[in-house]
Amino acid sequence: MSDQLTLTPNIDGADDFYAELLAVHEGLSKEDSDALNARLILVLANQIGNRAILTQALAAAALKPEV
Amino acid sequence: MNKIFEVPMYPYERHADQDASTPVRHKVIVVGAGPIGLGAAIDLAQQGIEVVVLDDNDKVSFGSRAICFAKRPLEILDRLGCGQPMVDKGVQWNVGKVFFDDREVYNFDLLPEDGHKRPAFINLQQYYFEEYMVNRVFELQAQGAPIEIRGRNKVSAVGTHPDHVTIEVDTPEGSYNLEADWIIACDGAGSPMRSMLGKDFVGRVFEDNFLIADVIMEADFPTERWFWFDPPFNKGQSALLHKQPDGVWRIDLQLGWDIDKEREKRPENVIPRLKAMLGDDVEFELEWVSIYTFQCRRMEQFRHGRVLFAGDAAHQVSPFGARGANSGLQDTDNLCWKLKLVMEGKAPESLLDSYDVERIHGADENILNSSRSTDFITPKSEISRTLRDAVLDLSEHYEFARPLVNSGRLSVPCTYDGSPLNSADALNGPARSRPGSACPDAPLGDGFLLPKLADKFTLLTIDADAPDVLEESGITVERLALSVTDDKTLALKERYLGDAPSGVYLIRPDQHVAARRPNFDENQFRAAIRRATGQE
Repeated sequence: MSDQLTLTPNIDGADDFYAELLAVHEGLSKEDSDALNARLILVLANQIGNRAILTQALAAAALKPEV
Repeated sequence: MNKIFEVPMYPYERHADQDASTPVRHKVIVVGAGPIGLGAAIDLAQQGIEVVVLDDNDKVSFGSRAICFAKRPLEILDRLGCGQPMVDKGVQWNVGKVFFDDREVYNFDLLPEDGHKRPAFINLQQYYFEEYMVNRVFELQAQGAPIEIRGRNKVSAVGTHPDHVTIEVDTPEGSYNLEADWIIACDGAGSPMRSMLGKDFVGRVFEDNFLIADVIMEADFPTERWFWFDPPFNKGQSALLHKQPDGVWRIDLQLGWDIDKEREKRPENVIPRLKAMLGDDVEFELEWVSIYTFQCRRMEQFRHGRVLFAGDAAHQVSPFGARGANSGLQDTDNLCWKLKLVMEGKAPESLLDSYDVERIHGADENILNSSRSTDFITPKSEISRTLRDAVLDLSEHYEFARPLVNSGRLSVPCTYDGSPLNSADALNGPARSRPGSACPDAPLGDGFLLPKLADKFTLLTIDADAPDVLEESGITVERLALSVTDDKTLALKERYLGDAPSGVYLIRPDQHVAARRPNFDENQFRAAIRRATGQE
């Protein structure tokens, strides 16, 4: 498995995924949405598992990608 | 009946030193008769070094305070001759339960590894811990060992010199002066010794208060560690329930920052909190109540010339993970053999600088772990609480989230990776016994390995040849010859050889590995001995 974070398009049916992401938040309060997002981050992080990639993902999300 | 911690155990008695015309010089003075000071004094006295312990009071710990003692400190106490009464009296536990809001989210079993003489943990009130240590001091005295404890002897001034330290000591009958070749300061988190020497103690303050209540009750709660995040009876805060001997239960309730401590400590305010937690129908009696705040910090250096700081005086952590007293005992375990060699002229004074290197490494590890636990237990921002609660919610449903739950990473010994005393690892063996590690215990027939490794340098050979005794630069190293067949469970092989067919270990008096190789190589081991004693 590569130790490099993928930052090129990688999701089949990107529009469908995005709609699903919005749908799961539908009707939730801000607090409940924040909680869901936090759970989602943890679920996805566990799926990735690779510590080096997680570090790169944190930097990418902070818009501070490593040079 | 008086509580054990209300009765003087070493009451003040006038000593001839107080009437001496010039200050009497002692080899080592230990300041403070808590678990760490007593550990240091017993260690030195057992090895024939004259030691005087000065304590500002004359009793064991007031209240239970430290209650959770880990395997490594129990092994150290075995070396100090007082491990058995602790284990006999202590409560052993393996199961922990984690609650979030009004539900149990999961439970865990520590699943301690087989083939160790001592359990993973015992719970024991600090007053018993200190009582058994003081009893050990009395036992050593009866055997003629050069050790004494002077109660109500409070150090009030310190003067440092290149080759000794002078102190002024206040007693109920006035003050007197003493000198010491060396001083070990074990006078606790508020260390007056540290203040008198004007030394730094910087770190992070956690703005929180915790109520400790020890209650005596006949309850059928199991012998488990129960930890609550945000329980209904202490909304937005945490709680802990843990069993001690004699039907005493430790209850720990987070209270937050803006509280009136004196008010919260009053029984009329404590009892309703406990009833909300335990239920109205549980009968209990309060033994001890305290409110504490904590900081995670350490001194920049633990050695200041001839004054050596150990335990909470040198470093302070949050209580989560039981890393206070447990790490302090590892300080003096590390220090005493080095001090002995320096005092005997068998090692240069610079060997003591490795105490700084190794135990600062340990303190930093403990501070890191206990700070992380504290950040999880008491989230300080909205987003850290959101993430924390997400971990807890997920942990109820999915196993993957459970390792992220942090109610205290329980104390394990620090490995002195990168220590100047280590020789390069030359054995393709298990990582757990690499140079710098505390030796893992292993069964040997009816007994265990660790008791055979105490107090001296040992050359442990497993299916390898070596001389029975090796003398190098004033250090005598005796061989302990073993074979993998000495342990039918194969734990010895698994913990010390792995896939290697043989191994030779140089083991320090504190049971840490200094060097290891597949076979005995005289030049290499002579160099390793010099290195482990600061002579190279």
